[in-house]
Amino acid sequence: MGRYVIRRLLQMVPVFIGTTFLIFVMVYAIGDPIAAMFGDRTPDPATAAAIRESLHLNDPLWSQYLQYMAGIFQGDFGTSFNGTPVVELMGNAFPNTIQLTLVAFAIELVVGLTLGVIAGLRRGRLVDTGVLIFTLLVISIPTFVTGYVLQYFIGVKLGWAAPAVSIDVTLDQLLLPGIVLAGVSLAYVSRLTRTSIAENLRSDYIRTATAKGLPRRRVVTVHLMRNSLIPVVTFLGTDIGGLMAGAVVTERIFNIQGVGYQLYQGILRQNSPTVVGFVTILVVVFLAANLLVDLLYAVLDPRIRYA
Amino acid sequence: MPDTETSVHTQAPVDAADVVSVELKTDKPRSLWGDAWRDLRRNPIFYISAVLILFLVVISLWPSLLTSTSPYACDITKSKQGPAAGHPFGFNTQGCDVYARTVYGARASVVVGVCTTLLAAVFGCLMGGLAGFFGGWWDSILSRVGDIFFGIPILLGGIVFLSVIKGGSIFTVVLLMAILGWPQIARIARGSVITAKQQDYVQAARALGASTSRMLLRHITPNALAPVIVVATIALGTYVSLEATLSFLGVGLKPPTVSWGIDISTAATDVRNAPHMLLYPAGALSITVLAFIMLGDAVRDALDPKLR
Repeated sequence: MGRYVIRRLLQMVPVFIGTTFLIFVMVYAIGDPIAAMFGDRTPDPATAAAIRESLHLNDPLWSQYLQYMAGIFQGDFGTSFNGTPVVELMGNAFPNTIQLTLVAFAIELVVGLTLGVIAGLRRGRLVDTGVLIFTLLVISIPTFVTGYVLQYFIGVKLGWAAPAVSIDVTLDQLLLPGIVLAGVSLAYVSRLTRTSIAENLRSDYIRTATAKGLPRRRVVTVHLMRNSLIPVVTFLGTDIGGLMAGAVVTERIFNIQGVGYQLYQGILRQNSPTVVGFVTILVVVFLAANLLVDLLYAVLDPRIRYA
Repeated sequence: MPDTETSVHTQAPVDAADVVSVELKTDKPRSLWGDAWRDLRRNPIFYISAVLILFLVVISLWPSLLTSTSPYACDITKSKQGPAAGHPFGFNTQGCDVYARTVYGARASVVVGVCTTLLAAVFGCLMGGLAGFFGGWWDSILSRVGDIFFGIPILLGGIVFLSVIKGGSIFTVVLLMAILGWPQIARIARGSVITAKQQDYVQAARALGASTSRMLLRHITPNALAPVIVVATIALGTYVSLEATLSFLGVGLKPPTVSWGIDISTAATDVRNAPHMLLYPAGALSITVLAFIMLGDAVRDALDPKLR
């Protein structure tokens, strides 16, 4: 197990460097941050040169990247072009997005797993067909469409839930955005669980467990679930990053002042430090979640560890 | 699966070149593909999705078959008006015919979806196939490169990159989604090539002195392709959805390209007083994604014998 953990951690290093460098290059090398600062106006060449110098934009790209990464490891994500430290923006935005993601994740986990297990155990029956059709529809309707439609019908017409989220976010306001954000992932989770359960239900070890007289509940919860949930755990882990990225759309619809909102503002104003900072954090979350999943995977399935 | 087990692969090793001729000699040779095709033809979902996709392809090639109104012929005095004679879906904010724009919008979605999938699948198969077949250093390096691109969610990378290059053409959107999307296909391809490589009939072919290219083309590719096709078909639906999302956020396709994402985005502010402007393009988009995902499902059911 120890060797496996070390190997995975070492594999993470080049991926982390590569991914962050890729984002850095995208924003700093292809875009022109100085032109972006001035918007439509043409900057005075001397001023532009001075700003360029003060932001180290004349250094070679790898050196800028190294300086940036050195800053990150000291908790310094640079200063956004309007003078606010990016860390401060993050401090305001991340709690909201993390709450939203957690609400969505909880919905995805509970509803997705329940639907998947029920459908998998009753494969080919009415419930199963119902779950398949429901998930198919949910996957097909893009999040921003579901978002506006639910906001309009549940939030505005019926008034069951808040159509928008106020500045100080409360949990009940996040319920509707959480459902919208969770939607597609929820459908994937239930389909994955269903397939996995249905497949393992026919395996020899389940037959053995049933044959030796175990009660059905124990067969399902201990023998079937533990083996069937391995691919689901993988998906759930990689999905945390996906949910945080998807929050860009959900936050825009429900007016939540989170990461997606800041990222969107950063892009509109071409505020490179903000964009690079937020995307880097999101990518790190994504990579960390992947790593966690791989480790969890090894705990759940000993075959992986010794492979 | 009755009597498919008689396939030559389970018999004692025969000369690799004979495999084909033996298959031809048996009465009714059933390959994985033959089986899958028979299954598909029995599946109503396959027909529904195939008809829908055919319809979408036809109207994206010749949108004028369904409407004689131009999507750019707008009359601002009719802004946000509901359905009228000759204009079944009503008018949008600029007073353009929503029906015409919904019909013409199919082109962008279909072209982006198909091109991105082809590009991502070809590149992904190449990288994943090489990594899986050669293993060792090749595998380590190609897999890490894939991980780097896999580490950036497509939506996030799309937002950042497209806003920086101020793209907006179909070409840039396709290129970007393929660049960020290929590792998904590569991972699947790598896994199935590794599985296929270890099969006895491939080992037999190698022992009989088949060349690398022969093993790859005759034995590994046909057997490793199935999972890739399944993932690629489902990915096509999600690429269509992603393009609309990027266009909706204002970083994907840009006017004058007619895209459902753009139309939904402009209609969203008026959803309370003119919902028809949003519901028709949104419905068309959802049906398109649905068609591709249903096709993917049907293909998977046919190609994955484990589920039979």
